[in-house]
Amino acid sequence: MDLKKLFLKANNELESENIRTRSRRITCKKCQTLSSVSKIRKNNFVCPSCGYYFPVRARRRILMLTDKRSFLEFDGDMESRNILDFPEYDEKLKAAREKSREKEGVICGEALIGGIKTCIFAMDGNFMMGSMGAVVGEKITRLFEYATKNNLPVIGVTVSGGARMQEGMISLMQMSKVSAAVKRHSNSGLLYIVLLTNPTTGGVDASFAMLGDITLSEPGARVGFAGPRVVEKTLKTSLPEGFQKAERVKECGFIDLIVERHEQKEILERLLKLHGYN
Amino acid sequence: MTDIEIVRNARGIGRRTSIDYIEGIFTDFMELSGDRLFGDDKAVIGGIAFLKDIPVTVIGIEKGKDTGGRIKHNFGSARPEGYRKALRLMKQAEKFKRPVICFVDTAGAYCDVESEEHGQGRAIAENLYEMSDLKTPILSIVIGEGGSGGALALSHGDKIWMIDDAYFSVVSPESCSNILWKTTDKADVAARALGLTAQKLYSLGIIDKIIKNSDPEYLLDEIYKEIVGLSKKSSKELLDLRYEKFRTIGY
Repeated sequence: MDLKKLFLKANNELESENIRTRSRRITCKKCQTLSSVSKIRKNNFVCPSCGYYFPVRARRRILMLTDKRSFLEFDGDMESRNILDFPEYDEKLKAAREKSREKEGVICGEALIGGIKTCIFAMDGNFMMGSMGAVVGEKITRLFEYATKNNLPVIGVTVSGGARMQEGMISLMQMSKVSAAVKRHSNSGLLYIVLLTNPTTGGVDASFAMLGDITLSEPGARVGFAGPRVVEKTLKTSLPEGFQKAERVKECGFIDLIVERHEQKEILERLLKLHGYN
Repeated sequence: MTDIEIVRNARGIGRRTSIDYIEGIFTDFMELSGDRLFGDDKAVIGGIAFLKDIPVTVIGIEKGKDTGGRIKHNFGSARPEGYRKALRLMKQAEKFKRPVICFVDTAGAYCDVESEEHGQGRAIAENLYEMSDLKTPILSIVIGEGGSGGALALSHGDKIWMIDDAYFSVVSPESCSNILWKTTDKADVAARALGLTAQKLYSLGIIDKIIKNSDPEYLLDEIYKEIVGLSKKSSKELLDLRYEKFRTIGY
């Protein structure tokens, strides 16, 4: 398939999802208000009455952050295999594919933001909690290698429970693999911006989510290495207010900016320009 | 031993810890302290020593021997300061062209509020990132427990070895069982499924060598041979091979 056809195919998939959800209504998890999907969508998937941030699927993320019809997906056909013959993993993969309507937990490609060409990846929380196995690691590594070769910046939107248990040590080693690819990209003087979203934890937090030149976060996102219950057990008492919330993590010195959804695209565009991309 | 027995045995008291290997293998070990940023985490010990005639940097996660020692070393669970101390010593090794040898033995990185707020995730990430580009040979040896990200943070080496009865896992079998089946009773099933033994990890191409004889005298010769070999490579060749080693895992 030539590039143009691929490009159109990717965009058609994005558009068809628009239509499918147009007439539905959704209840806000926080304030229980019922709103139409179109209203929520217009409000960048933020509840119009209470400001709750609805989780956003990876493909939608990319739509929200990039210029219309500019996204070209890479490696969209890669699928995980049950390498270790792990119990119940095949079923889980099948369920995740159905739930997310994606083949794997990350979508990668290149796109334009304000007319500026950039590589972008977005993880999908609907796919086994955005966990990282061999395919997620491989796709992100390939994206960084492509960006390094073509002198492009990378924008990464993270949401993840961490390394995917069902692929054992192969998953854990993806942390090393991706981090090494990020380093090579950085050594070439190229920009990497991370946008942390709720939740970014475990092995993803302890690798490429924490390696951006600029680290942005959505308000209220949980960002941390260990799960809160594990920390509570170590502490043997309840957790302090705001623990592992983006605002607190910023106070601790690990996030540059908290960015509301409606400003994200503009901020990314400005950051790209400030780094000399045009 | 079954897989879960290997895990339990690796946690057991009475095994050789990093200090035993450091004292048994190297001479003139001089311990260095602190991360130059915040503190000195005793879960990670490190310093300079001679490997026969070669000056090297040695780093180990230490669990401690007796109750007092275990408390001092926080049972081998490192805080961000520990990983940052390790990285400082590795950078120093690069400057003075000393090879680095890491001994890995941890149930996992420490999970308290302070460690989280001092950037446990960032500290581990930075080690992976910087070790991938460290222009000096790195040999990592898992001597007991290889507990997830906390162990990985010292394992981004040119070679990863494992003592034959050590384990290395993405998650503890108990946690895995708890998450998947809401009970810790199936830890044995989880241990088997996770593929965490030296034998399995060797067959998957994740580790490079299984050490059948953990006697320090035997290890001295093995490590010496490996370091001499790695030291002959140019730094470009070394870094390219290290990149390829991790690049090919899983796909």
